Amino acid sequence: MTALINVPAKARRGDIIEIRTLTSHIMETGFRHTADGALVPRDIVTSFTCRYNGTEIFSADLFPAIAANPYLSFFTVAKESGKFEFEWTGDNGYSSSASASITVE
Amino acid sequence: MIFWRAIAAAALLATNSALLAGEIPPDERRSGYSFMGPDSRAMQDDDTSNPGMLFVLDGEALWTKKTGSAEKACADCHGDARSSMKGVAARYPALDKTLARPVTLDQRINLCRGNHQKATPLSYESRDLLALSAFVAHQSRGVPITAGGDPELKPFLEQGRDLFMQREGQLNLACANCHDHNFDKRLAGAPITQAQPTGYPLYRLEWQTLGSIERRLRSCMTGVRAQAYDYGSPELVALELYLMSRARGLPMETPAVRP
Amino acid sequence: MPTTRRRFLGLAGGVTAAGAIPIVTLQPLQATPAMLTAAVRNIVGEAAVRTGKVKLDIPPLVENGNTVPMTVSVASPMTADDYVKSIHVFNEKNPQPNIGNFHLGLSAGRAQVSTRIRLADTQRVIAIARLSDDTFWQVAADVVVTLAACTEEMN
Repeated sequence: MTALINVPAKARRGDIIEIRTLTSHIMETGFRHTADGALVPRDIVTSFTCRYNGTEIFSADLFPAIAANPYLSFFTVAKESGKFEFEWTGDNGYSSSASASITVE
Repeated sequence: MIFWRAIAAAALLATNSALLAGEIPPDERRSGYSFMGPDSRAMQDDDTSNPGMLFVLDGEALWTKKTGSAEKACADCHGDARSSMKGVAARYPALDKTLARPVTLDQRINLCRGNHQKATPLSYESRDLLALSAFVAHQSRGVPITAGGDPELKPFLEQGRDLFMQREGQLNLACANCHDHNFDKRLAGAPITQAQPTGYPLYRLEWQTLGSIERRLRSCMTGVRAQAYDYGSPELVALELYLMSRARGLPMETPAVRP
Repeated sequence: MPTTRRRFLGLAGGVTAAGAIPIVTLQPLQATPAMLTAAVRNIVGEAAVRTGKVKLDIPPLVENGNTVPMTVSVASPMTADDYVKSIHVFNEKNPQPNIGNFHLGLSAGRAQVSTRIRLADTQRVIAIARLSDDTFWQVAADVVVTLAACTEEMN
């Protein structure tokens, strides 16, 4: 699915940088009913991870109380040039990923 | 009984005559943005936190994707949307000469699909239609709205204005009762806006998704306990045309964020 | 047993009380205080949870409970011997007490996360941080959720 990633393209070594991610997902809670009373089954992203050159630097467990199109902002220390990899997994075998690169001087 | 009816009729007449005089002067027109709190504004302002941008990205991908039996992409005729689509949404709904009536941007996309791409129409509020519409309208962000200027649109514009002024539903309210005469006041906890459609399709926090102006109009109609017009109906198109012309001069904001 | 008038009123009263549970955007159930306590215990175990160090930035009056922006930050030097391991957010009145668990660590540099959450009703939101010495710190914030006047019917 579509994701919007915001990572600074460049940073100085040791800078604390903000990473923002936004991804398309309905985050159906599993608590709603249709007009004729049937329960709408849960369909959410349950887990998010961010790796920086292969090392996990941030992860989150998400619940139905996270709004549709999950948005996450967090921080990390810019250590070296390389790649951030993002992964969202969830109900019904959902999996999606994105990446962004950074140059650290 | 007759006595009460007479009073009711008199009251209606009194408010109706006030209605006609009560349009918002151009320099007092305000986007729904100005009625929002700082958090919702911040969500709209930053493209990487505006969930509407997810749809714009999807629309960008669809723009260059070949579709239909003609195997054509939007880009094959229109090229780079950044230049070819700039300002287009700001003048929609626009007259379609062949149909001799105004069409909305959504309808234009489906006309293009049918006539040029030989593809099936996208259904109203489908993700692909919203995405394409958002992508096209996004190219006009910051462009002042110019819709409704075409003299041939006059009868449709008048129909839209009449619908805006006409009381309807079990609550017997016209659009104008709230949005011309009581904006800046509150209805339940929510501020009443001027109903200036500057940012459609827009991301409504209530919907948790992008939606068209027609969806918004239909939920207002449900709100006053009226039977909502069907998607694509002449009435909804006329209302959209009137609302866009009423917002003339305000800059486009697509994809806007609203509560 | 015949349904007397008094008994009928009692029943009706019972129904009304049940109907008073806020049915807003998220549906009928709501987390009980016991569920909230259990969810918190599941994270902190038997450890004491102290108040302080954590800041919860959430609008006191939100425009729509379906999408509420929220930032949690922890006053921490983020050094090797004093950093934040994780942040956990809970609510009182959604059908489920959990909102999210956020695992950071020393490499974060700053102990702060933002997301957007759903609040089914006016309620209290609680954020708990686990520090590197395995102590827990919390903050709570009350949020008033207003509802749009003209909401759509459920599709």
